[in-house]
Amino acid sequence: MNQEEKVKLYSAMLRIRLIEEAIANEYPKGEMRCPVHLSVGQELLPSLVSLVVSNKDLAVSTHRSHAHYLAKGGSLPKFISELFGKATGCSKGRGGSMHLIDLAVNFMGSTAIVGNSIPVGVGLGYGAKLRGDGAVVLIYIGDGAVEEGAFYESVNFAAVRKIPAIFLCENNNFSVYSHISERQPQNRRIFTMAAGLGITSKYLDSSNPAKSLIELRDVIETTRSTHSPAFIEIDTFRFLEHCGPASDDHLDYRDSIYIDDAKSKDPLALLELELTKEFQDWGSYSLGLRKAIDVEIGQAFDFARNSPYPDPSLENPSAYADARL
Amino acid sequence: MTQRTYTQAINTALHLAMKKDSKLVAFGLGINDPKRIFGTTSGLVEEFGEDRVFDTPTSENTMTGVQVGLALAGIPSIVTHQRLDFFLLAMDQLVNSAAKWHFMFGSQQPVPITIRLIIGKGWGQGPTHSQALHAWFSHIPGLKVIAPSNPRDAKEMTLAAIADPNPVLILEHRWLHNSLGEFDDSYSLGELGKTVSLSKGKDVTVVSSSFLTAKLLGLNPVIKDLGLEMELLDLRSYAPLDWESIFSSVRRTGHLVVFDYGHNTGSIAGEIISKVTENCFSSLKGAPIRFAVKDLPEGTSFGYTKDLYFKDEDMVHAIFKAAGKTLDRNFALTSITPHDIPSEDFKGPF
Repeated sequence: MNQEEKVKLYSAMLRIRLIEEAIANEYPKGEMRCPVHLSVGQELLPSLVSLVVSNKDLAVSTHRSHAHYLAKGGSLPKFISELFGKATGCSKGRGGSMHLIDLAVNFMGSTAIVGNSIPVGVGLGYGAKLRGDGAVVLIYIGDGAVEEGAFYESVNFAAVRKIPAIFLCENNNFSVYSHISERQPQNRRIFTMAAGLGITSKYLDSSNPAKSLIELRDVIETTRSTHSPAFIEIDTFRFLEHCGPASDDHLDYRDSIYIDDAKSKDPLALLELELTKEFQDWGSYSLGLRKAIDVEIGQAFDFARNSPYPDPSLENPSAYADARL
Repeated sequence: MTQRTYTQAINTALHLAMKKDSKLVAFGLGINDPKRIFGTTSGLVEEFGEDRVFDTPTSENTMTGVQVGLALAGIPSIVTHQRLDFFLLAMDQLVNSAAKWHFMFGSQQPVPITIRLIIGKGWGQGPTHSQALHAWFSHIPGLKVIAPSNPRDAKEMTLAAIADPNPVLILEHRWLHNSLGEFDDSYSLGELGKTVSLSKGKDVTVVSSSFLTAKLLGLNPVIKDLGLEMELLDLRSYAPLDWESIFSSVRRTGHLVVFDYGHNTGSIAGEIISKVTENCFSSLKGAPIRFAVKDLPEGTSFGYTKDLYFKDEDMVHAIFKAAGKTLDRNFALTSITPHDIPSEDFKGPF
């Protein structure tokens, strides 16, 4: 990873972290009246992806999709507005935190039901293949989704029809509060199981972003040129509660040694440390970066606060789409 | 014009639609197999190639999600399930994706997908090959649910379903596949969501759909001979439902019976009677009647289906009762065929 890439990676991760922390800070005011599954701690993979893919590549995601949406380039004001339930939100206030979309950057939608967006992503990938424009589809999932039937069906179909789909699995070890050891056999790794389904599969080491970037780029470009689907797994750690702005560690569902260890390995903090050592005036650069992001966040929250709520009586929304002409 | 089958009508519609829209794809388990879904998909792969007409893995849920994804990529699709019951594995993609996507993402993208669901009946189809769940599907906002009752409707409504920008479920009753009727080979779209009156009558409004409409049309001469004029409304569409046609008929006749091949509780028949009661209460001269299937899974045996399937004479009795007319208590009709087949040429195992 060259220095430019390293700074880009850091900036992408920091931006997601600061936005998520701002949401956590503002949440108790009660203006964002929908569940939020924050991505603090899980910034690395989508940020690495953002260095590799282009605008034409498609993405779908899960209930915990803020980082994926932002890393793909999704509009920040429309995102915050969606959390506020405003008419200017990316889904016009109909979807909330769990249903984000920004067609301008081909972020095609995140959905709330575990495993739900996987087949849709495969269909989008099939569409890209039929169009022949060289796009790949990024399908973000968590460790819980590989327990859903839709995952196996989708990998199978993508493999049999050679669909350019990349399944990106962020393994944070928990499905809500249920540890992976209670849900999956302990001697089986997710990425090795995925390889057993007949597709390329790779484990990325979150403590080595430089190596991960090379491997990720290799996997994505291979899929782009061969249309063969691939699977990526990365270990990650959710800093905050499953759903909401606070910590839930008082519930004692995560071992304190595990928590301390994971926090000491926070990829963003480690990258910051590295950059501090490598750049003489990193301190002032980093400060400038933070200030610029803070301004952007402030503007997005202002936009959301000043936007109107949807008014169904004026809008008269329909469950149906209008007839095609 | 020569008479052709309902199967041929669907096949004609599929050929016309594939020709009309070069982006349209057709898939489903077995659509290219030797039997070609009872002949409904014959000739498609030969004419349009394997990129557009393909067999799939046995993955109902994912294939439905793939339809949604393709639709978002601008590619409409028509998928066939040989029995509706297998499609129950696809409820997440149908309800949480297909039906919601357009609305929940702020009406930015339509989801033009069509799903053919074949309902089995007779010859021991049993508890999990015979379910008619149009009431379930109609409960979900965002889905269109239709059931053509004759070959011409099958052709024109299948074409309309494919051209529609919404998810449309087409319920095909297996006993209609061999039924005969006239239709032309033109690309002409039927109207979705429109009920049609197949027989004018002043005495009673009879609402029905799918196979039961064909059955009632056959019984109409008998009913006329008995001195009763029924207005037979063929629903054609469960969602959206053409309420005005039903209300205006009930306002004319004052009497209503609704026939439904789904289970009684929570049925479309129940919904129709409820809405008619809310909207036409002062026009009703008697209690409406709901004639639906017992709330019991369908047993496979010939012995079980005997009581479960509607008998012609019971239907006639129900119509007279709803109309407030008396019919000889001993009135009976003899059936030429056993109750578990539509005609002598319909043989198992399908």
